Amino acid sequence: MCAWASVAVPKLTTRLGVVAALGLGLALAASAASAEPGGFGLGRAATPEEIAGWDVDVRPDGTGLPPGEGSVQEGEEIYLERCAACHGEFGEGAGRYPVLMGGFDSLEEDRPEKTIGSYWPYASTVWDYVQRAMPFGEARSLSDDETYAVTAFLLYLNEVVEDDFVLTRENFTEVRLPNRDGFFMRDGSDLPSGEPCMKDCKAAVEVIGRARTLDVTPEDEQQALE
Amino acid sequence: MTDRKPKAPGLPASPERRRFLLTGAAGGLASAGALAGTAAAAGNPENLPPNVADWSRYLGSGVDAQPYGVPSEHEAHVIRRNVPWLTATPESSVNFTPLHELDGFVTPNGLCFERHHGGVAEIDPADHRLMIHGLVEKPLLFTVADIKRFPQENRFHFLECAANGGMEWRGAQLNGVQYTHGMVHCVQYTGVPLKLLLQEAGLKTSGTWILAEGADSAGMSRSIPIEKALDDCLVAYSMNGERLRPEQGYPLRLVVPGWEGNMWVKWLRRIEVGDAAWYHREETSKYTDLLPDGRAYKFTWTMEAKSVITSPCPEMPMTDTGAHVIKGLAWSGNGRIKRVDVSLDGGKNWRTARLHGPVLPKCLTRFTLDWAWDGKPVLLQSRCIDETGYVQPEIAALQKVRGVNSIYHNHAIQTWLVNESGEVENVRLG
Ligand code: HEC
Repeated sequence: MCAWASVAVPKLTTRLGVVAALGLGLALAASAASAEPGGFGLGRAATPEEIAGWDVDVRPDGTGLPPGEGSVQEGEEIYLERCAACHGEFGEGAGRYPVLMGGFDSLEEDRPEKTIGSYWPYASTVWDYVQRAMPFGEARSLSDDETYAVTAFLLYLNEVVEDDFVLTRENFTEVRLPNRDGFFMRDGSDLPSGEPCMKDCKAAVEVIGRARTLDVTPEDEQQALE
Repeated sequence: MTDRKPKAPGLPASPERRRFLLTGAAGGLASAGALAGTAAAAGNPENLPPNVADWSRYLGSGVDAQPYGVPSEHEAHVIRRNVPWLTATPESSVNFTPLHELDGFVTPNGLCFERHHGGVAEIDPADHRLMIHGLVEKPLLFTVADIKRFPQENRFHFLECAANGGMEWRGAQLNGVQYTHGMVHCVQYTGVPLKLLLQEAGLKTSGTWILAEGADSAGMSRSIPIEKALDDCLVAYSMNGERLRPEQGYPLRLVVPGWEGNMWVKWLRRIEVGDAAWYHREETSKYTDLLPDGRAYKFTWTMEAKSVITSPCPEMPMTDTGAHVIKGLAWSGNGRIKRVDVSLDGGKNWRTARLHGPVLPKCLTRFTLDWAWDGKPVLLQSRCIDETGYVQPEIAALQKVRGVNSIYHNHAIQTWLVNESGEVENVRLG
C-alpha cells in the first residue's frame, strides 16, 4: 500500500545521521539522503484518476476548465429549475439569499450592491463556485456543460453577454467582467502610526450613536418570555 | 416594573443581576449607596451559613455519571448565540463566542464560534484523505493516520473571522460583546507543519501559491501565498488536547496563524500547488474590502491589533459600586501584544492594564485593570499595541480611509457606556 515503504522514517533518519557523524555508516546515510522528495515516507502516490476527480478548480487564465459548452438559453432553463427558488427568477434574490445580478455603478454609493456584474473581477470565479458549491445543498450535481450554460446565463443577466451567446472553454478567457481592475493590494498599514497619547488626548467626547436605539440585538428566549 | 426591564442581550438569568437591574431601572437611582444595597446577596438561605446544605450531607453522583463531562447546570447560559436576521439559512451562517463569560485566553472547544458555508460535514476519519498535488514532484494522498505520524507541533493561536465587528462599521448596532466581538476564539492546536507535507511531496520551485480546499458541501477554497504556507501554517487534528470538533473541521483543518479565519480551511481535503492565485469566490465576492472610491483591497489577510473589554459589557452590567476588575482580551496577527491601555473617559486619558501571561504571538492575551467604581457614568475603552508598535485605531480613523462599506477587518477601539444604574451599552463616540 505504501509506495514509499523503502524511505526511512524520521527517527531512523536521525539515527543514520548520528551513525554517519561517527564515520561508520556513510553508505546508509547516502541512501537516506536520496530519499527525496520528502523523507518521512508517509502517504502514498495519488493516481491521476484520483486527482482528476477532486481537482476541479478553475483560475482566471482558464486553467482547470474542462472541455464543454453551454448557451444562455440552456442556462436559463437550468437556472429556473435549479437556482431561481433561492436567487429569484432574474437573480434578484429571494428572501435573504444572495442577489446575483445588477448593482451596476453602485460601488461608490451609500448602499452598494456587490454582484457578478458590479463587483466580481473574473467569470472563472462564477464557473468555479457554481460547480463546487451550487445548487446549495446539492453541490457537484451539475455537469460541465450545465455549468457552462448556467454561467453563460448569469453573464447574460449581468449584461456581459448577449442572449444568443454560447460559452465554451475556447472563448472563456475572452469574457471580461466590468470590475476586473477594481481590486488592488494594500501596501502595509493604511493608517498613520505613532506613539499613542496617554493624557488629555481630547477636549470633549460625545455619544453620537447607541446600539439600544436600533434594537436589533437578539434576546434570549427566556428573557423574551418573561 | 417588569415592562421597564432594561434590555441586555443574552443576559444570564442570574437572579442578583436581574434584581439589581430591575430596581436600578425602575427606581432611577440617584445615589450609589442605594445601588450597593440592592446588589446584596441572593440564594437560598437554607444553604447558607450557619445552615448546612444538602450537598454537604448526602452522597453525590459517582464517577461516570458523565463519561464526557459537561459544565454545571448553573452555567447553562454560557453558550454560542447567533443573530438570526443576518443570514438566510443556519447552514450558511455564523454564531458567536460568549467572550463575556470566559476567563484566561483559552476558549473551551464547545464555545468556539462557528462559521459554515454549507453546514457541518460529518466525516468518518477512515474515509477522509488529504491530497497534495500540482507543482510537486510526487502527488501524495495521506490518511489521517499518516498525518499524525509526522513530527507534531503544539501552538496556541487565535482565529478571528475577518467579518468580526462587520456590523459595527456605520455605528453602534449590536448591544453585546458576544455579537460585536464574538467571532474570535483561541485554542491550542496540535498538528504537522504544512511545510513538512509540501516537502514530502517535493515542492517545485515554480510553486508560488497553494489552494486549500475543504471537503464540506461548500468546497471552501482559498489561495495562500507559498511564503505563508512554508512559514507557520499547520495541518491540525487536535484542539485543546482533544480531536477537532466536527464544527471546527474534524478530522483535519488548516491553521493559518494571524490571518483571517476564512483561510483556516476546515475538513481540509486538498492542497494544490500553483503559480498564481485562484481568485475564488471567497477572495473576490467576499473577503475583499470595498473602499469609498469604489475600488477594493484584495488579499488583506492579516488580522491587525485589536482589543475589547469583555467585562463590564452589555451582558455583564455593574452590580455594585466599589471594587471591580475590568477584564478584556487583546490580540494581533502580527505578533505579540506589547501593551493594553484602558480609558474610563472615552479616550481622553489612559492607564496601562496588566497583561496575564503567557503572552504568545498571534494568540489572545488576557488583560485586567483593578478599579473602584464610584457609581458615576463612564465611557470604557481599551486600546492595544503590538510588538511591531502598531496601535489599535479609533473607528473614525478607519472610516476616514476605508469608509463604512468594507465589512471586513474592523479592529477599531470599542466604547461601552456604563450608566448610573450600572447598565452597559454599546455606544459610538463623536
Ligand atoms: C437552496 C437555496 C439555493 C439554491 C437552490 C441555489 N443557491 Fe446559490 N446560494 C445560496 C446560498 C445560501 C449562497 C451563499 C452561500 C454562502 O454563504 O457561502 C449562495 C451563493 C451563490 C452565489 C455566490 C453569490 C455571491 O455574491 O457571492 C452564486 C453565484 C450562486 N449561489 C449561484 C447559484 C446557481 C447558479 C444555482 C443553481 C445552479 C444556485 N446558486 C442555487 C442558496 C442557493
